[in-house]
Amino acid sequence: MTVVADNTATNANALIRQRRREEWSVLSLAIPAALIIAFVVLLPVGWLFYLSFIGDDGQGTLEHYRKMIEYKSYYRVFITTFKVSILTTLICLALGYPLAYFLAQLPPRWAGFFMLAVLLPFWTSLLVRTYAWLVLLQRKGLLNEFAIDIGLWETPVKLVHNLTGTLIGMAHIMLPFLVLPLYNAMKKIDRDLMHAAANLGARPINAFWQIYFPLTMPGLVAGSLIVFVLCLGFYVTPAVLGGGRVVMVSTQITSILENQFNWGAASSLGVVLLVATIAVLFIAGRVFKLESALFGKG
Amino acid sequence: MNWLSKPASDTQITHSNRLWLYLLAAVIMLLLVIPTFIVVPMSFSDAQYLEFPPEKWSLRWYQEYFGSVKWMRATSTSLKVGLLTMLVATPLGTMAAYALFVSGHRIARALFVVLITPMIVPVILIAIGAFYVYGRTGLNNSIIGLVLAHTAMATPLVMIVITASLRSYDLNQELVARSLGANRFTAFMSITLPQIKFSVITAALLSFLTSFDEVIISIFVSGGVNATLTKHMFAALRDYIDPTIAAISTIMVFISTLLLLIVQWIGSRQKS
Amino acid sequence: MQNDTALPIQISGLTKQYGDLYALNRVDLTVKSGEFLTLLGPSGSGKTTLLMAIAGFNRPDCGSIRFGDTEMILTPPHRRDVGMVFQSYALFPHMTVAENIGFPLKLRKVPPAVRTKKIEDALETVQLSGLGHRNIDQLSGGQRQRVALARAFVFAPRILLMDEPLSALDKKLRERMQIELKQLHRKLGVTTVYVTHDQREALTMSDRIAVINHGELIQVDNPEGIYNAPANEFVADFIGESTILPLQQSNGSLYYESQVVCPTPETNSSTYSLVIRPERLSLQKPDNADLLVFNGTVKESVYQGETVFVLITLDDSNEISVRYGTNAVSSTSQLEPDTRVDTFLRLSDVIVIPGTGQ
Repeated sequence: MTVVADNTATNANALIRQRRREEWSVLSLAIPAALIIAFVVLLPVGWLFYLSFIGDDGQGTLEHYRKMIEYKSYYRVFITTFKVSILTTLICLALGYPLAYFLAQLPPRWAGFFMLAVLLPFWTSLLVRTYAWLVLLQRKGLLNEFAIDIGLWETPVKLVHNLTGTLIGMAHIMLPFLVLPLYNAMKKIDRDLMHAAANLGARPINAFWQIYFPLTMPGLVAGSLIVFVLCLGFYVTPAVLGGGRVVMVSTQITSILENQFNWGAASSLGVVLLVATIAVLFIAGRVFKLESALFGKG
Repeated sequence: MNWLSKPASDTQITHSNRLWLYLLAAVIMLLLVIPTFIVVPMSFSDAQYLEFPPEKWSLRWYQEYFGSVKWMRATSTSLKVGLLTMLVATPLGTMAAYALFVSGHRIARALFVVLITPMIVPVILIAIGAFYVYGRTGLNNSIIGLVLAHTAMATPLVMIVITASLRSYDLNQELVARSLGANRFTAFMSITLPQIKFSVITAALLSFLTSFDEVIISIFVSGGVNATLTKHMFAALRDYIDPTIAAISTIMVFISTLLLLIVQWIGSRQKS
Repeated sequence: MQNDTALPIQISGLTKQYGDLYALNRVDLTVKSGEFLTLLGPSGSGKTTLLMAIAGFNRPDCGSIRFGDTEMILTPPHRRDVGMVFQSYALFPHMTVAENIGFPLKLRKVPPAVRTKKIEDALETVQLSGLGHRNIDQLSGGQRQRVALARAFVFAPRILLMDEPLSALDKKLRERMQIELKQLHRKLGVTTVYVTHDQREALTMSDRIAVINHGELIQVDNPEGIYNAPANEFVADFIGESTILPLQQSNGSLYYESQVVCPTPETNSSTYSLVIRPERLSLQKPDNADLLVFNGTVKESVYQGETVFVLITLDDSNEISVRYGTNAVSSTSQLEPDTRVDTFLRLSDVIVIPGTGQ
């Protein structure tokens, strides 16, 4: 049965023309936004992609990519980037899961109030928060003084301009990105499921691990993924709190541009970063529906 | 039976068995909130170097800020760009979200992918890419270049907010309106828009804030008289610590807290 | 008050394909001027697709839809001048009742004074006088239904379309609204196409019923015709309760268990089945009538208030369902399971359809 409406049938051609016209008139609403994004994002990224294959002499070359493999310093940048991203994601998971669980268990009115603790940082400039951590974590900062006062350690510990400071700052900035989707996933869980589990004789701990936790997986994965991917390309916090000691891909790209003005090298790093990001999203997207977590489709 | 021994969960765990969770959550929430607000007392300190708690209070950093041509110009640039971004990104993002929501065409899929790229591509890449392309089109250091870039960043967020509200909206209302004699545009403006207006306002505030707080692209493509507030702040943070930042930060925290509360208030009105 | 501007709808060759699936397959249908026609079918049968095509929201692949003499198939929905009531009502929650009803008038630039008058008249027609200032969320389900209705006819459309408008109401209210809708239709005299999957509703309200399945029109007739002379097994099964039994053919006649049912109809089918409406069977042998007799044992009987529903296993192991009025049952004991029972069907109540009924 592949009889597509016969073109000689009544009004068939006019109807097809009208359908096309209407489909395009709807789609055209998305065109202005798409054009801006194409100009600001797609075109530049495409251009950088091209530049990454152009050598200093203006000829096509793979030297920028070859350097990344040959030089240890590049290699280290990627290791650092992945290390920082994974650690930040893990810290967020450890802190975010209990927090989201706490919020999800509260009655709505209280949840709304305590949720402000997540939303306020979320809405505050990350520059401001990075600055605040810079102050809190410095040698004579609040944290050191507090720790010495209660006897945690005796002499000021170096908490900033190193990996520790970077991780603290990044975890603080990323935590809401994990908590919000996780909280939504938890709120969607039918409370009767837990009643049923208890009713069927599951001890609370079993009910949690066998029923509740698996049901929070979609939110957990979506949140961790968002955090991880954002970390991969993060710039401001490592640049300020790392104090030049935590060189991530993004900070490396900037310093190449600032110091050597080498577009090819900077672009190639950017391209690898983008490919890594897309690869992570793609792999996760095959396993989980990320789009549905963000846009609720599918 | 006191409160502690009452069941706290669906599996009848008591509150007293849950105290560890409450304590942990309280610590995490404090860790989230304190660094957001710590800049407020700091900004009123008299000291040249960062100290907390301040020994002597003063308004000198606010005077410094409001008296500085550099900071004032940067603030005005950021506000200008933020407002323009809001005015461009909100309608364009709403139109795009509506189109993708209504259309089942396969081109809509492709457009969707284009429209969320700003969320996928690392911002540093967008920043240097825009810097490069703007360099060839004369858009570097211009307001228009900043607005375009920030609009690109804000559009996916607008789309997320609008799509969410369209999903909880009965689109049949538009069909009814059309059967009653309204064309598509009239139907949207008179029936759909009034009902998603709170989300549109939320999206607008979000796009303003996205632009106002944006750092990385601004570092690259803004400069000269059109350098943004965040560009100067970043430079100040990286190179030397100027307590004026605390004053500016306090103002920024104030703005974002205000916007958040407006959005929360809108959200509660929307539900009722 | 007959509506002079009521228009007939003439649909021909209307086809809509989704992949290999026909949502509508060369549908030809004429809705007479001022008629109340119901599209009846199970979900996914294409009835809503057809309604949406008339309204202009669903664009068919080919075919023609004429209102009177005018081809409308390419006309956008807002210029078709068709009133429509949706299943969800789709009232505008940001407008009051009066603003909802006034919406189509405003679009037609009716002057405010006239508008107010028309809104009041419409509210009176649906018995909601004085509720114009209310918000939508202050209305009950039945009131919302009436507002949706008033909004659909206030601008005197030439055609009124309704997509399962009563399905959200509870049973009692639904039955009352059926009567009210019918009265309203008589008053307005507007050509009405009504979609439902509820056969009882279709029988109650319609001048004619169009039974539709798999995108094809199966039978179009008035309620009596549909009920008493179903065209095939689908119609017989979908409308009303029925038992379908296979018939044997011999010497130009159709037989059931060696009882002559009727002469073989002159159609090109090779097999025929007997359709029995449960309420047409009787327990006592009627006088002065030619009868079919069914002998069997009671399998189950259920008391349902006004009737008793009985499932009987016939001696030839077919099952037959019977519905007796409670006053016809002399003693309930005779309907206990495993009781022998004879039931009778007048030959004048016999319905024969082509096919084996399998």
